[in-house]
Amino acid sequence: MPVLRWIRRNLIVIAGLLTLAYMILPNIVVMVFSFNKPNGRFNYEWQRFSLDAWKDPCGVADMCGSLSLSLQIAFWATLGATALGTMVAFALVRYRFRARGAISSLIFLPMAMPEVVMAASLLTLFLNMGAQLGFWTVLIAHIMFCLSFVVTAVKARVMSMDPRLEEAARDLYAGPVQTFLRVTLPIAAPGIAAGALLAFALSFDDFIITNFNAGSTVTFPMFVWGSAQRGTPVQINVIGTAMFIIAVTMVLVGQLIASRRKSNARN
Amino acid sequence: MSLTEAPPAPPAEPEEPRKLTLRKPSARKRLVPYWLLLPGILWLLVFFALPLVYQASTSVQTGSLEQGFEVTWHFQTYVDALRDYYPQFIRSLLYAGTATILCLLLGYPLAYLIAFKAGRWRNLVLVLVIAPFFTSFLIRTLAWKTILADGGAVVDVLNTLHVLDVTSWLGWTESNRVLATPMAVVCGLTYNFLPFMILPLYTSLERIDGRLHEAAGDLYATPATTFRKVTFPLSMPGVVSGTLLTFIPASGDYVNAELLGSTDTKMVGSVIQSQFLRVLDYPTAAALSFILMAIVLLMVTFYIRRSGTEDLV
Repeated sequence: MPVLRWIRRNLIVIAGLLTLAYMILPNIVVMVFSFNKPNGRFNYEWQRFSLDAWKDPCGVADMCGSLSLSLQIAFWATLGATALGTMVAFALVRYRFRARGAISSLIFLPMAMPEVVMAASLLTLFLNMGAQLGFWTVLIAHIMFCLSFVVTAVKARVMSMDPRLEEAARDLYAGPVQTFLRVTLPIAAPGIAAGALLAFALSFDDFIITNFNAGSTVTFPMFVWGSAQRGTPVQINVIGTAMFIIAVTMVLVGQLIASRRKSNARN
Repeated sequence: MSLTEAPPAPPAEPEEPRKLTLRKPSARKRLVPYWLLLPGILWLLVFFALPLVYQASTSVQTGSLEQGFEVTWHFQTYVDALRDYYPQFIRSLLYAGTATILCLLLGYPLAYLIAFKAGRWRNLVLVLVIAPFFTSFLIRTLAWKTILADGGAVVDVLNTLHVLDVTSWLGWTESNRVLATPMAVVCGLTYNFLPFMILPLYTSLERIDGRLHEAAGDLYATPATTFRKVTFPLSMPGVVSGTLLTFIPASGDYVNAELLGSTDTKMVGSVIQSQFLRVLDYPTAAALSFILMAIVLLMVTFYIRRSGTEDLV
């Protein structure tokens, strides 16, 4: 049985590709259903092909508003979490000081806690302080939970840095500021970029913490959540597809640039 | 930690204020880590740790929204919450546990494929693993409603193969339908948390020296033995962090249960959400969320002890 033998030999590859298919299937469904013209309010059943939603992506009330709000929050949350997180990561890797263990645990805990617990406890704080729920409370919450992820990403990069490069810079009479800007920062940059990307994705996509702390402010995930009850416009699939395509293109272009740079360096 | 060139500050006398003179630049230098830490740690203390304290105090309050709440050390709330909602707790742990095991079974081959078999396709496959992330996860979860719809292709195939007869008998599905059953919720959870399993697995597999496989082969180990005695043990850090990254968020999730399930598949996250945002019974909601946190932390500590991996943080 050559077929059976082939399957046995490539079992891992087949299983892996099946998993990959399972992961990508919903994205394909989202893409296909962005060309649907549904009867009624829900876009769950295929009716007939149409480009209507693509021609008028913002044709649904409040959807693009919520999208731009989510982008703004994600931008500021990324900025805040990356700045704070990078500083913490450098302190943790480069210095020995008291309470290092306690601080590491404080960084780790937000990642080891169900989101709903953090969301609920933050809401009790805001309620007790009488804070007005909205943009600012969401931003505060997002910076809080993105921070740990940025620290972890930057820490990994800084730990693998060769300290001798900075010593070399100092030996060549670079001042501390110069050493940091021209040696340390460029080497740490990929880690910082990875942390920032992660923070952006996490913030943009967050639903649970936002749901608790947004009050009547509606971010894009909250709009999608609401539409699951009220009726899902096709435009949601258009936005989902566009996000997918933009992101994949960006990643592929980034990889292309990186590999070209590598081959340039080799020549 | 071996790569760090820590300034040789003796640990006995770091941050005493009287050392803070400008004549000693080393004293100023010693404060650098604290200045670096200050904003981030303050943020976490005020918006992560302090809220937990507030929540603890809320959980032992009594009162109503109109008259205000007061701390009365009413621990009965915890007992009542557990008595009223233990099915949701058990369900959450069961669903999250099943999803975690499924993630491990589904994710391991893919992580292995990327680490050892993909060759020059490695980056492309990695992109494909991360790419679904970029479509909002709520949109993707809603897509499962279409995939698992009654009378859809998936349900038809499972029906023809008589799979649904078995799963209905086990109580995972209800006669001829998948949507609004435990199976749909577990399917959604597995799907949503798979990348959190695959990426740590991949990272730890990728670190394994390929020569170890060759050595095992030279010592007459079959591929299966090599996997059991070399590859899998060496990938344990990935397995541990992957299962934690899957199980913890899954146990508190309510999106999958709400979108793909029914009232019979509600998880504890749904209860916390509705108590907090709709019923406005803050003490019960706070107690529920504390119990969930305690259960998860206990299980996680136990699991980390048992698996003997401590280099997680």
